[in-house]
Amino acid sequence: MNFVALRMLTGDRAKYLGLVFAIAFSTFLLENQTSIFAGIMSRTGNQISDVTEAEVWVMDPQTVYFEETKALKDTDLNRVRGVPGVEWAVRLFKGGPVARTAAGKFSQCVVLGLDDATLVGVPRKMLMGAWSRLREPNSVIIDKAGYMLLFPGEPLEIGRTLELNDHLARIVGISDASAGFVSFPIIHARYSEAVNFQGRERSQMSFIVARQQSGLTPKQLCDRIAEQTGLRARTREEFRWDCIRYYLANTGIPVNFGITITIALIVGTVVAGQTFYLFTVENLKQFGALKAIGVTNWRLMGMILLQACTVGAIGFSLGTGMAAVFFEVTSKQIATRGLVLMWECAALTAACIFFVVIVASVLSIRRVLVLEPAAVFR
Amino acid sequence: MPSTFQPNPAVDCREVRKHFGDGDARIEVLRGVQFSAALGGMTFLVGPSGCGKTTLISVIAGLLDASGGEVHLFGENIAQLPEHQRITFRRKNLGFVFQQYNLLPALTAAENAAVPLLAAGVKRREAVDRARALLVKLGLEKRADALPNKLSGGQQQRVALARALVHEPRLIVCDEPTAALDHKTGEAVMELLAGAAVHPDRAVIVVTHDNRVFHFAETIAHMDDGQIVKVESGTGALAAVIEHATP
Repeated sequence: MNFVALRMLTGDRAKYLGLVFAIAFSTFLLENQTSIFAGIMSRTGNQISDVTEAEVWVMDPQTVYFEETKALKDTDLNRVRGVPGVEWAVRLFKGGPVARTAAGKFSQCVVLGLDDATLVGVPRKMLMGAWSRLREPNSVIIDKAGYMLLFPGEPLEIGRTLELNDHLARIVGISDASAGFVSFPIIHARYSEAVNFQGRERSQMSFIVARQQSGLTPKQLCDRIAEQTGLRARTREEFRWDCIRYYLANTGIPVNFGITITIALIVGTVVAGQTFYLFTVENLKQFGALKAIGVTNWRLMGMILLQACTVGAIGFSLGTGMAAVFFEVTSKQIATRGLVLMWECAALTAACIFFVVIVASVLSIRRVLVLEPAAVFR
Repeated sequence: MPSTFQPNPAVDCREVRKHFGDGDARIEVLRGVQFSAALGGMTFLVGPSGCGKTTLISVIAGLLDASGGEVHLFGENIAQLPEHQRITFRRKNLGFVFQQYNLLPALTAAENAAVPLLAAGVKRREAVDRARALLVKLGLEKRADALPNKLSGGQQQRVALARALVHEPRLIVCDEPTAALDHKTGEAVMELLAGAAVHPDRAVIVVTHDNRVFHFAETIAHMDDGQIVKVESGTGALAAVIEHATP
């Protein structure tokens, strides 16, 4: 009887297409919004993830997330280095000077000052130039998006100069640094120069990044550092999630996306559910005839579930295809780079669509189960 | 009280009662119906609207439970069968022709006629082939692949007839098979019904208002107010029986 169920489904072309597209657009909206939301949230911790060498981040106990820091004292670096189990620990500066070009274009930027000796945190994926050239005086590495913001319409080229708070700096490399939460250019420089770009203060060390000795986990080292220095120490992953949680709790972003996602879910459920329900109700006579002929309730339930799962699967596939095309196009844009269709979002959407399909089926099945086969004579 | 009693009938209703609702809303639809239908002929069930004809055939077909009395189909008290056995019994032994045909609009004529076989688990190709062969007998060989909305009323009723016959049931229940058809087409459908459905091993019950087709009946049971009030004999179907029985 499976082919009967499928032919009943596809026989009413308008309703069938309505069902498929309701689910497809619901899928597209859900996958699109959840992936963009997750991508934006992920961006809040991208600068942490980019420092691949460091497993442990140490900061002032008052520092909650990456963007806003309370400076550490210079002596804190030695205190951290003195904690047993620390293989190495180096300083990291994060500042936000204004960058100007010779053409007058300007933008606030994120400057990361890396330890002069080790250059821990330097971008490893370079599009142009070499990261080792950061050792040259007054040199900086800028990310591609930042370069295109400051030098719009111009080809990528090293050797250009930038003015960072009245300090002249030369671009020695263009990196493919991960996008940050805000669209500021990301500039890497040596620590000793980055603090000058920002302007001297008494304490300027934003973070200490460290790695544990073998035989110790990052978490164990964090616990030791916190216990022995009183500073806040987090593993890379913990700190990344601290940033994500901060934005979740302190911005309206989750509410905005949450509303869209909820509406997509409700509209998808209502439209698909109602259309499928009406489809079943309009076929009640036929279902009654099948019951009279001797088709069991179990078989009818199977037929309805097959119909619902078929439109669900086709609609989900179409919607996922649309979302994949969307992200394929937008991920190549500078502003939306790094935003991709996450498999977790697709899986979550699949679960939601499955829920929609089951709700629609249950409503329809109920009508068929209570249908008296004798009704077919009326 | 008049009865259609016959020895070893295919259908034997004994004091069948059926009511709907309770208390003040209780409606007695069947009031001790005595009814039987014999193998090898067409038994017509006639009477005014609301007299209980449809309820009676629903009870006979096992689609409704009687409130009292017994219904025996081929010696089996169907009320005593568990639900799943009753469905299996119905699937195997009963064929239906409905007033509004109730064909599945998305299936072709052959596929519609094959539905009882599909419900019984017969493979699709075999089921459709058997249904197609039956449609040829019913004069629909050129319309076997047409969808119901491309068929005339008479053609749709012939497809419904094929659906009722394809699994070779022992009882065929027809509910107003000519009501939606003009006289000429109704007559043609009844001729086909008499020719194809009437068989020495099969009983046919026809509920109808259409007195223009009464001449096809072997027995006519008149119903009124939930009871059989008169039983008449006819000869219309006998010719078909004799034709089948003669080698």
